[in-house]
Amino acid sequence: MSIVVEGVSKSFGSFRALQDVSLTVPEGSLMAILGPSGCGKSTLLRLIAGLERPDAGAISIGGRDVTALPPQRRHVGLVFQHYAAFKHMTVWENVAFGLRIRKRPKEEIARKVGELLDLVQLSGWAHRYPSQLSGGQLQRMALARALAVEPKVLLLDEPFGALDAKVRGELRAWLRRLHDEIEVTTLLVTHDQEEAMEIADAIAVMHQGRIEQVDTPDGLYDHPASEFVMGFVGQTCRVGDLLIRPHDVRILLAPSRAARRATVRRVARLGYDVRVDLLLEDGHELWAQLSRDELLELELAAGQEVFIDLSRARTFDRPEALPLSA
Amino acid sequence: MSGRILLRLVAVVYLAGLLVLPLGMILWRTFEHGPWPVWEALTSPYALHALWLTLLMVVISVPLNALFGVGVALLLARGRFPGKSLLSAIIDLPLALSPVVVGLALVLAYGTSGWFGPALQALGIRVIFALPGMVLANVFISLPFVAKEVLPVLREIGQEQEQAAYTLGASPLQTFIRVTLPAIRSAVAYGVVLTTARVLGEYGAVNVVSGNLEGRTQTLTMYVADRFQQYDETGTYAASVLLACLGVAMLLVINRFTHKGEAR
Repeated sequence: MSIVVEGVSKSFGSFRALQDVSLTVPEGSLMAILGPSGCGKSTLLRLIAGLERPDAGAISIGGRDVTALPPQRRHVGLVFQHYAAFKHMTVWENVAFGLRIRKRPKEEIARKVGELLDLVQLSGWAHRYPSQLSGGQLQRMALARALAVEPKVLLLDEPFGALDAKVRGELRAWLRRLHDEIEVTTLLVTHDQEEAMEIADAIAVMHQGRIEQVDTPDGLYDHPASEFVMGFVGQTCRVGDLLIRPHDVRILLAPSRAARRATVRRVARLGYDVRVDLLLEDGHELWAQLSRDELLELELAAGQEVFIDLSRARTFDRPEALPLSA
Repeated sequence: MSGRILLRLVAVVYLAGLLVLPLGMILWRTFEHGPWPVWEALTSPYALHALWLTLLMVVISVPLNALFGVGVALLLARGRFPGKSLLSAIIDLPLALSPVVVGLALVLAYGTSGWFGPALQALGIRVIFALPGMVLANVFISLPFVAKEVLPVLREIGQEQEQAAYTLGASPLQTFIRVTLPAIRSAVAYGVVLTTARVLGEYGAVNVVSGNLEGRTQTLTMYVADRFQQYDETGTYAASVLLACLGVAMLLVINRFTHKGEAR
């Protein structure tokens, strides 16, 4: 089922957490809300779950207006960063919680919890308590618990934020496969652009309570709608009003019409990638990202005079991004 | 190594001098002349009435304060409302006041010449020098114990478990019973222990509001003090031992309750 958020605003005291936010999550897709901490992304998720009420605007799930409904009646699955495991219940009881509340027949509960524990690979842990599980296992248990009641949509609030890098990577790939398998509309909140790029079909970038851009991962990277998006998704160098990705900085050995004169200050090899620090003759600093092969071809060394082509730079002062002309 | 042994010795001697020896002395003096005088002293009408009244105080005051304490702790930990800091301060007030002052305050408010006294008397309700006043005093004195134990635990466990339960379809009441209560159970139990111990041993406030009438408004603690003043050694010691046994029995029951089925 789709999620539609229309013109939603929310303030906490004098702090405006969300300002006129509209967003559509298409049925069956996996969308990420990406933004720095304090941008309002978690508030948006909590509004959709019904844990907070919007000051203005409407939220519908599967075509039904749920703005006035309490969380119990929204049929959403919610997964928290810190798992929110029921500590006095076993893994089995945690997953069975929603079904027991709904007073489903015992056989149905047993069958369903069994299936879900298989799905999240915790069958052998059914009778353990949360304190005996690792972070990755706890998060899979929380996911099974949310899925047990067959939610219309799945909401994940920084689900991998408390895990170490290795487990995070594994769980990310596992979640993407799981989503392809069960096809439930999923909205994931994260501050990690790599995570969003890796698993989401589409990404909504948020900044200071507003949505800056909604696009595919490639679209965001190649056609950022604002300076903030460009800076948040991928690396950028600034030359005056111009913004450019380091791998778009082209280094030439001979002068050309569009190129600026610059000096190589340092060449640092980071495995296959090479970082070249440059000083333009007008005093601006920037760096270029090259491949090892490109470096070998150019034979760059510190102190060398080169020419820099910034024709792939963008500027966001004007309504549309214009390429540089000399 | 010898330093550690010395430290243990100091601890043992300290506890022995402070607790074991005086309690042992009471036990020794109680049964000095065999069990019969003790039995006779404990089955005297006044002693039995004092025991009955004490148990009644516990049975009324402790559940009241447990309910109130959990409710206030929930309100303070989860609610957003004006006057929250004021409520938090008022809860602490009984800890800061001398029990005798609490008793006097109750007499001033509910006594025959107090604010509400005449109105209550017109309705045929007697508060001071009667059971209602004693319950009020006990409830007032032990008001903060459960709330103060439960509040930090509620703050520490946070709201996410409860919110997860809501999204899984549980009503606020179901969530409280199935998620919140099991998490705060130990804190509630400890608060109940403190409250019960306080009610068993309360003297100052109850003494003022009850009038200390033998066989009518005298609790076991007051009975002990009364017997002591009248040089009735056997009566004093017998009632003391009984009071101590009540306290220990309560501790054992609560301990059993908290450890039963607790997650390892």
